[in-house]
Amino acid sequence: MGKEKEYVTITIDDQEIQARPGEFIVDVARRHGIYIPVLCNLKGVKPAGSCRICTVLVNGRPMTSCTTPVADGMEITTRSPELEDFRRSVIEILFVEGNHFCPACEKSGNCELQALAYRFEIMVPRYPYQFPHREIDASWPLLLKDHNRCVLCKRCIRTIFDKEGHPIFAFRNRGHELEITIDPEYGKNMTDEMARQAAENCPVGALLYRKKHGFEIPIGKRKYDKEPIGSDVEKRKKEKVS
Amino acid sequence: MKTTAFDFEKITEKYGNDKTRLMDMLIDIQQELGYVPQEALPVLARKTDTSQAWVEQTLSFYHFFRRQPSGKYTVFLNKSVVSWMMGRERVARTFEEEAGCRFGEVSPDGLIGLFDTSCIGMSDQEPAALINGKVFTRLTPFRVREIVRNMRSGKPVTELSTSGYGGGRNALEVIRSEVRNNIQRKGPLLQDNYQYGEVLRQKLKTLSPEDVIREIQLSELRGRGGAGFPTGLKWEFCRKAKGERKFIFCNADEGEPGTFKDRVLLTEYPELVFEGMTLAAYAVGAREGILYIRYEYKYLEEHLHTVLRKLREENLLGKDIAGMQGFDFDIRIQYGAGAYVCGEESALLESAEGKRGEPRFKPPFPVEKGYLGFPTIINNVETLCDAVKIIHFGSEWYRSLGTEASKGTKVLSISGDCRYPGIYELEWGYTVNDILDMSGAEEVQAVQVGGPSGTLIGPEEFDRILCYNDLATGGSFIIFNQRRDLLRNVVLNFMEFFIEESCGSCVPCRNMPWLLKQKLEKILNGHGVWKDLEDLESWPGIMRINRCGLGQTAANPVISSLRNFRALYEERIQKGRSFDEGFELEKAVEESCKAVGRVPLI
Ligand SMILES: Cc1cc2nc3c(=O)[nH]c(=O)nc-3n(C[C@H](O)[C@H](O)[C@H](O)COP(=O)(O)O)c2cc1C
Ligand code: SF4
Repeated sequence: MGKEKEYVTITIDDQEIQARPGEFIVDVARRHGIYIPVLCNLKGVKPAGSCRICTVLVNGRPMTSCTTPVADGMEITTRSPELEDFRRSVIEILFVEGNHFCPACEKSGNCELQALAYRFEIMVPRYPYQFPHREIDASWPLLLKDHNRCVLCKRCIRTIFDKEGHPIFAFRNRGHELEITIDPEYGKNMTDEMARQAAENCPVGALLYRKKHGFEIPIGKRKYDKEPIGSDVEKRKKEKVS
Repeated sequence: MKTTAFDFEKITEKYGNDKTRLMDMLIDIQQELGYVPQEALPVLARKTDTSQAWVEQTLSFYHFFRRQPSGKYTVFLNKSVVSWMMGRERVARTFEEEAGCRFGEVSPDGLIGLFDTSCIGMSDQEPAALINGKVFTRLTPFRVREIVRNMRSGKPVTELSTSGYGGGRNALEVIRSEVRNNIQRKGPLLQDNYQYGEVLRQKLKTLSPEDVIREIQLSELRGRGGAGFPTGLKWEFCRKAKGERKFIFCNADEGEPGTFKDRVLLTEYPELVFEGMTLAAYAVGAREGILYIRYEYKYLEEHLHTVLRKLREENLLGKDIAGMQGFDFDIRIQYGAGAYVCGEESALLESAEGKRGEPRFKPPFPVEKGYLGFPTIINNVETLCDAVKIIHFGSEWYRSLGTEASKGTKVLSISGDCRYPGIYELEWGYTVNDILDMSGAEEVQAVQVGGPSGTLIGPEEFDRILCYNDLATGGSFIIFNQRRDLLRNVVLNFMEFFIEESCGSCVPCRNMPWLLKQKLEKILNGHGVWKDLEDLESWPGIMRINRCGLGQTAANPVISSLRNFRALYEERIQKGRSFDEGFELEKAVEESCKAVGRVPLI
């Protein structure tokens, strides 16, 4: 069999691309200026593959691009009416699953869920709002946990550990009752750095860092108020072409 | 409670304080105390060097782990579709009346806890319940009164029932269960024409591991757990995979409602199952095997351990098996704790590693990176039994059975409206009509082939054939006669099943079954309009992008009933109305109006 190849050749939306074996499709695409929407994915962190927004067709089969490593000869489609509808549908489901009152949310404008909804020009979800009863947990000194806004992306679970590597965040229950918990021991001893990082990694406003001043940057001047999510990736393409 | 005196450390130490054995620790605590008290969490976390949040993540995932005292006698009454069909409602009501509490509660004196549970693998003898791990089948209101009376007089759980033991090995000292085998038809697999151990003792003398794999490949055996992956190919991948250790798993999670054949195989033919695992170990070069078995089959535990001991004594497990130098292999038993999704092979591995049963993404596949990261084979109970018979009688013999594209036989679990429910071993290729005739079913309205994740078909399709390229199935075959309300009693029940059993990771799987169920209820309550049917048709498309088979099939009850029984939906929706909010405003505000003494302004 010999040594593994240094490069594999794949096609993404009819464009032939060279990539290192083992790289995830979403990262290769990003490098080439092709934006595949993600929500649970966080660059450089072990993928979760749970939101399903980044689903693409690999040789005709739906696969999450954040968990699938490239392999030689793969033919990947990132855009089609059906895929766009899947993505829209995931976003709509998330909006009806929780309670997302954007105008009152500290994360508005920096929220990836909201930004995706704008990018996909979603006005009204096709599904009925569930208005679930959910708790706000203000018992932690450094973090505010608002389960109303949580999209269960596992970013906090995957990124925040104590010095010895013990997990601080975890899931509780399953299915429709799934939620995030904070460890009673390690949660109390969370450092400023950990808390800030957790809040920063949260794509929505479910984890807020309590020492930060609210609304320091006014709504309207925040990250996704200026340009749609994914623009940074797509700019790369434009630069390359020109 | 006297739990403060309980020595949790003794339990963690029993498993070497190993985090990956968390399931076993929690199961032991649950067995000893009847629930897992909060005080256990910090001890388990500290001893296994993890956090309490992590321990709770596993603990809260599984349905049979209780967080509160759940009665000296804890009753889990099956709520699968067949249980309802066979009279669950009256049985449940009698339990409530006699115990003095509702389902989901514990009686005020703390004696009896009543809980629901998903299918417990007894569809051929419903309604059935687990009481402190023991199975009670064919329940009637009379028997329930008797059982509760016996509870009140303090009898041990083994003496609650007056019914005799089921046939075969169910009557063994180590089982003593009233569960019946109901073997209605034996084919080449179930026939008693084979003395266990012969393959290991004789055949393997002349066959190399590669020969074994080739023979399995020639037989064209495909996995009997539902997915139908070629078994020989799986073994070959695993043989070729590099790993310091390799593992053989037998998947005995059997959670698909309406399936119970693995229960019978494990009761009557455990030697064959274990020999199949040992054969696979020989083929791929594994030394360690794990039987992952659902908690519902805890009543077989002593039996299985006894058989394992016997096999060790007979040198069919352990060191230098059957006198072959260097062929070492042994098997341990890993229990689940109530989660259908753990039958999915990668969720099963997560669970066996002490975690919540969340399926992994693939690639990598278990044959490359499985249990603890090592190459792992996972096969269904029946597949492993087939493999032994194939090596014994030869691949040519096996290929002479079945159809051109589907070789061999399948053990079906038949239940519902028929005279002779039970297990039937058939060559692939029989039609649904044949099977209905065989099992004594009449006036059949519909058949659910392959369990809730399969399809619901009507009489126009009863000439379809059971095989991989027509009606493929893991074995569940549920029959509904013309008196059954398919939407209310079947489809709704199946949707509730998926809602409860989703692991919750994927956005569509976590939510869509719930949204579909709401729609279905709206239609059943007379509020449906055409638009609702259109939604039921178009919404499930997104289920394709879920990670695992559970989510990918969880909308099937709606999809297949809408396709094959559309008239049942159409006759329930309002004609000439294009919008209905789904409720009556006057009724919805009635209570609050009464409270404040106002008349609604509508
Ligand atoms: C939700 C779900 C539940 C499953 N449950 C079982 C099960 O109880 N038993 C089983 O053998 N396979 C089950 N499977 C299939 C397994 O993932 C796997 O394909 C099988 O165990 C492989 O063995 P086989 O090739 O011998 O069939 C399930 C799959 C899914 C998606
Ligand atoms: S499809 Fe459902 S059960 Fe399977 S991984 Fe996704 S959420 Fe879990």
